[in-house]
Amino acid sequence: MTAAPPRALIAEDEPLLAAALRHELAQAWPALQVVATVGDGRAAVREALALRPEVLFFDIRMPGQSGLDAAAELADAWPAGQPFPALVFVTAYDQYAVQAFEAQAVDYLLKPVQAARLQKTVQKLQQTLTNQALEATVLEATMAQLRHLLAAPAPAAPSALLTVIQASSGNQIHLVPVAEVLYFEAADKYVRVLTAGHEYLIRTPLKELAAQLDAQTFWQVHRGTLVRASAIASVTRDEAGRLHLALRGRSEQLAVSRLYAHLFKAM
Amino acid sequence: MPTFDTRSFLLHGLISAVFCCAIALALTVSGQGAWDVQLAYSLGIGIVAWLVIDLGRAWLTRQNSEAWPPGWRGILLIAAGIATGYVAGTAIGTAYSGSTPHPHGPLSGLAITIAAGAGISFFFYSQGKARYLQAHMAQAQRDAAEARLKLLEAQLEPHMLFNTLANLRVLVATDPPRAQAMLDHLIAYLRATLGASRATQHPLADEFERLRDYLELMAVRMGPRLAYQLDLPEGLRAASVPPLLLQPLVENAIRHGLEPQVEGGRITVRAGTRPGPAGMRLVLEVLDTGTGLAAQAPAGDAPGSHFGLAQVRERLATLHGSDFTLDLIAGSAGGTSVTITFPFKSTP
Repeated sequence: MTAAPPRALIAEDEPLLAAALRHELAQAWPALQVVATVGDGRAAVREALALRPEVLFFDIRMPGQSGLDAAAELADAWPAGQPFPALVFVTAYDQYAVQAFEAQAVDYLLKPVQAARLQKTVQKLQQTLTNQALEATVLEATMAQLRHLLAAPAPAAPSALLTVIQASSGNQIHLVPVAEVLYFEAADKYVRVLTAGHEYLIRTPLKELAAQLDAQTFWQVHRGTLVRASAIASVTRDEAGRLHLALRGRSEQLAVSRLYAHLFKAM
Repeated sequence: MPTFDTRSFLLHGLISAVFCCAIALALTVSGQGAWDVQLAYSLGIGIVAWLVIDLGRAWLTRQNSEAWPPGWRGILLIAAGIATGYVAGTAIGTAYSGSTPHPHGPLSGLAITIAAGAGISFFFYSQGKARYLQAHMAQAQRDAAEARLKLLEAQLEPHMLFNTLANLRVLVATDPPRAQAMLDHLIAYLRATLGASRATQHPLADEFERLRDYLELMAVRMGPRLAYQLDLPEGLRAASVPPLLLQPLVENAIRHGLEPQVEGGRITVRAGTRPGPAGMRLVLEVLDTGTGLAAQAPAGDAPGSHFGLAQVRERLATLHGSDFTLDLIAGSAGGTSVTITFPFKSTP
């Protein structure tokens, strides 16, 4: 164990519940220092990157960004070579999430947090932090878990695959065959649909879109990017170790999130 | 029925055959001729008529759930069945008995066929109709129960309930008087939600109290992120409204408007009146300063909000027919407002 006391960050939008978790943690793990409490997903990522705590407690439903998305963004932006924090999700009631957590052996707490349950979580966290040998693999393991959690099917997954994208512009609706689409990119409130020569905007969220596309044809390479696998010409690694895709038919490069870097390996 | 009902088809055939045997027996007893000849005529006519009518019926109703084709088509089918049955059955009878002419004259044979055919068809028709109505009623009851369950599920959303309980658990230890106040709001909210299906109308003042219960619970949870204001003019306190009519709108404002927004926002619920062509109209407004409709995915992505609005619209339609308005307006700078108007009535 390192000499410095372990530090934690709590992301929870309900102020009373954040205070309560802090209080319960003080009882269950006196040595743990809660260095920050934030109330939304974006602040969680920002503060975690700034403070680099050893433990994170992320609420699932938060304004701005869900705890799951925040964790994914954090894993992506986490500096290479630094040990990734141990992650604990907190939720009041979310049967799909809880099933997924169970399946991925992700640590989670149910609200209201009970002392006995928290004690177990704390023991597990202490073991993880003590086990230095594990540290190198924590980020890898966390990323694999997050990939699965983010890919968890929506409760009502549509069965039919999309063949045509309907994009409106002005008082016109363009019908764009999916076969012509090179990639989809989430942009603020819209999703950009890019073909070799054109760009369209649609309002269907990327996650919903992904469920209606063939996962073998369109690869998720970033939380906000679905790219046609056969349109990828090459993958380049920059000095920072990040991967970038060059496409056939388009000049711009697409960034590959660390979460999905495992897709690209020389055969 | 959409699928062919073999059981009732065969049952009709059996009943028809038994009926034909009874006719043949009656004719034999009354001295109209040999029993086997009577049976050949009678069964020939009956079986053919049954086949034509029942198969025709199945074919004509293959697209809907009614047992009989409606109106003139049903009558035409029966007439066609009886006519075909008479012609084919007479031929069968004649073929069986050799060259013997129809044993009791063509006219009385036709009369018996028409009377028996119409009678038995009417019997099957009323039987089918009764069964159809029964099934229809059972379906309507199931639908109503399902709608009630869905409404209850939406109002007792587990996420809201467990988060409220988690907050209560904290307050019990840190601030007992506040815990008690929160518990009182929760009790009133649960009582209203669970009892709402029973009363059809209550005073607007009660409606606003229930909204206050809900908003107070949310205010404890969201802290400074939620501000709210309830404007109810004194003169409108007794206005009659369906219980928890505004609840889904306030819930939507929080869930889809304020909750996703980091800085939270404000909810205003206002009541007023406006003169209409047929008397005073009650105007109810729910406004929020949330993320607004534009920031959200199209309706398909937010089943909650969709269901809430549809439910409010449905309840108003049940009470006022088409004499109501429900307008959903997205503010240009974010925020959403929902305005409802319907005839003003006071509770007794």
